[in-house]
Amino acid sequence: MYRASLFVLAACGVLASLPAQAADNDLKALREEIAQMRQAYEQRINALEARLIKAESKADSAQTVAQQAAVQQNTVQQAAASTQSNSFNPEVSMILQGSYNNLKQDPNAYQITGFVPTLGEVSPGARGFSLGESELVLSANIDPNWRGTAILALAPEGGVNVENATFESLGLGNGFSFKGGRFFSGIGYMNEQHSHAWDFADAPLAYKAFLGNQLGDDGVQVRWLAPTDLFLEFGAEVGRGRTFPGAGNNKNGVSQGAVFAHMGGDVGISNAWRVGLSWLGSSPKDRSFDDTDSTGTTVSNRFSGKSRTWVADGIWKWSPNGNSTVNNFKLQGEYFKRREDGTLASNSTAGACGGCAAGFETDQSGWYVQGVYQFMPHWRVGLRHDGLKSGTVNIGLINSGMLSFADFPQLAAHDPKRNTAMLDYSPSEFTRFRLQWARDDSGIGATDNQLFLQYIFSLGAHGAHAF
Amino acid sequence: MKRLVFALFSLLSLAAHAELKVFATVPEWGALVKEIGGKHADVFIATGGLQDPHHVEARPSLIARARNADLVVATGAELEVGWLPVILRNSGNPRVQPGQPGNFEAARAVRMLEVPARLDRADGDVHAGGNPHIQTDPRNILKVGEALVARMAQLDAINANEYQANFKHFAERWKAAMAKWEASAAPLRGMRVVTQHKAFPYLYDWLGILEVATLEPKPGVEPAVSYLAQVMNDVTTQKPRMVIRAAWNSPQPTEWFSEHAHIPGVVLPFTVGGSDQARDLFSFFDDTLAQLLRANK
Repeated sequence: MYRASLFVLAACGVLASLPAQAADNDLKALREEIAQMRQAYEQRINALEARLIKAESKADSAQTVAQQAAVQQNTVQQAAASTQSNSFNPEVSMILQGSYNNLKQDPNAYQITGFVPTLGEVSPGARGFSLGESELVLSANIDPNWRGTAILALAPEGGVNVENATFESLGLGNGFSFKGGRFFSGIGYMNEQHSHAWDFADAPLAYKAFLGNQLGDDGVQVRWLAPTDLFLEFGAEVGRGRTFPGAGNNKNGVSQGAVFAHMGGDVGISNAWRVGLSWLGSSPKDRSFDDTDSTGTTVSNRFSGKSRTWVADGIWKWSPNGNSTVNNFKLQGEYFKRREDGTLASNSTAGACGGCAAGFETDQSGWYVQGVYQFMPHWRVGLRHDGLKSGTVNIGLINSGMLSFADFPQLAAHDPKRNTAMLDYSPSEFTRFRLQWARDDSGIGATDNQLFLQYIFSLGAHGAHAF
Repeated sequence: MKRLVFALFSLLSLAAHAELKVFATVPEWGALVKEIGGKHADVFIATGGLQDPHHVEARPSLIARARNADLVVATGAELEVGWLPVILRNSGNPRVQPGQPGNFEAARAVRMLEVPARLDRADGDVHAGGNPHIQTDPRNILKVGEALVARMAQLDAINANEYQANFKHFAERWKAAMAKWEASAAPLRGMRVVTQHKAFPYLYDWLGILEVATLEPKPGVEPAVSYLAQVMNDVTTQKPRMVIRAAWNSPQPTEWFSEHAHIPGVVLPFTVGGSDQARDLFSFFDDTLAQLLRANK
């Protein structure tokens, strides 16, 4: 039974294998056919897919184009309204300022005793009503890479003073920017601001004594902003030394240069701060100032040598939730330290001089701190304290006995001080009225009480203010 | 130590993930960039929801952020004229200067309202391009989004498809939300209101609300009490339902008017972050409508 069944199975197997072999051949052919078909279909599907992708991307880009066209159309509609033949004209604005001054001391005799006169416009201005400088500001992008700005100060007595005339890069990339022409130096905090943006009617004593009110040179400046979330900026500039502490040297090359670094950031949303450190070096030649010698004669003294000034500055601004419209407060301060050494020549005929020169060395410092609080919309109050230290003044002509202290009354040892209070009202962004009172002890033995009533109006293009 | 290393690595990996650095001037565009950019956009928002966007300090921190940005998203229409130009000029970043692809102005994508027929500062703080507070109409959010996604795709081609997909998803949800808001705001149609500052013409245009007076005598000029009293006399016959101010306006004028005219004073968020409830674009409009409907009861 077992055998029989084995046989049957074997026979079945043979029987089965015979047609199977025949079928195998058929199958092979079939498979090949299917494979060919599949390949053909796959090719067609691939081709179709490729066409679909192409069509889709076309549709996408068509949509994008349509969107862009719609956006552009909007833009054109907007632009069409304001297109005029003068649309390429620069932004123009004008600052009008003036004041009523009540001064106890004669402003023509104003001096900061203990410090070399800076030849800048440092006096508190004329008594009574007077027009301040009217500033005409023109600025525009020159081309995609440069922006130009000219700020012309029209002096009330006539004449035009070119305050700033600069070309500035619109970003050189990697955080670099470049500036050339006549510009306010990047040293300190207040120096770059225009006087109409100051919180008091006049400059701090340190600015008057060390920079002749404000340092603006002819030259070039490079700045670099670090790629960090903390504001970290470095700058360097070189120039001619057109104004104090320079002397507008008649010399090729560079007579004055500065480097500065600024760092800043936020503390929460309500506080922002910035600190800076700057160094200014100048090599004036024959920088002259007038003084009255012991015989009562007006004499001319000339300094040649090196002048080195360090400035440390800091500002902190607070506004609740960053919204400065209702209340805000700012506290700022700067510290100056200057060393000068070289020679001082005098044309005095007093003593044994009769036209003499000798070594000259000074080491002086000064500072101010001020706080301004906006206690309600449009109204602010401010307080400022100024202090200067005449420090070391080493005059070779006195040491050698050729002249005496009495021949340099301007450089008599004196530590000037001033306290200032101000109240201002700005009914709009473009208008400001200010009342300021100061007790100024700049000149030795000539304490001045100064009252200023000032207006500042700006008309034309809406300027943007720096921090 | 391990934790520090881990934190450093996660910071590094975060930096590696973010491909597009975006500087948004105001919270609403920051929120929109986040919706479109998802994990590929690193968004910095220059102002908070409680800040007056006209008056912003050009803080050093903003300059530092603009320096590294690939894209600056601003409202435009002179809203940021008092501070953004200074930031861009000091950033040393050529990619985001006006006219470059990295400088996007939202106002260019929408129809502007209140375009002044004449430009004179005697009319107060007017903007030549029209009223710049466009974000209070959700239809504008969609239009700005369309233009913005195209710009982001242009600047970051690698992730373009993802931006398009994110925006498509956002737009669907947004349209659904708009339908819901419009349905719930039906009772507000034709309602008369008094507004402190002209901050909501687009919202009123969307919902059919009528502004019968503003408390500021001219845009950006703070009203005196005598002026408020005059406005109150002028509008009593018009029967305004409520007096409205933006979160960043000084509270006194609206409070005074609310008290003396015996109508509710409403503080609207104005943007994302303008109230505790307004955490993103959706909840910003949820809260805006909730405030209006509550006061209209």
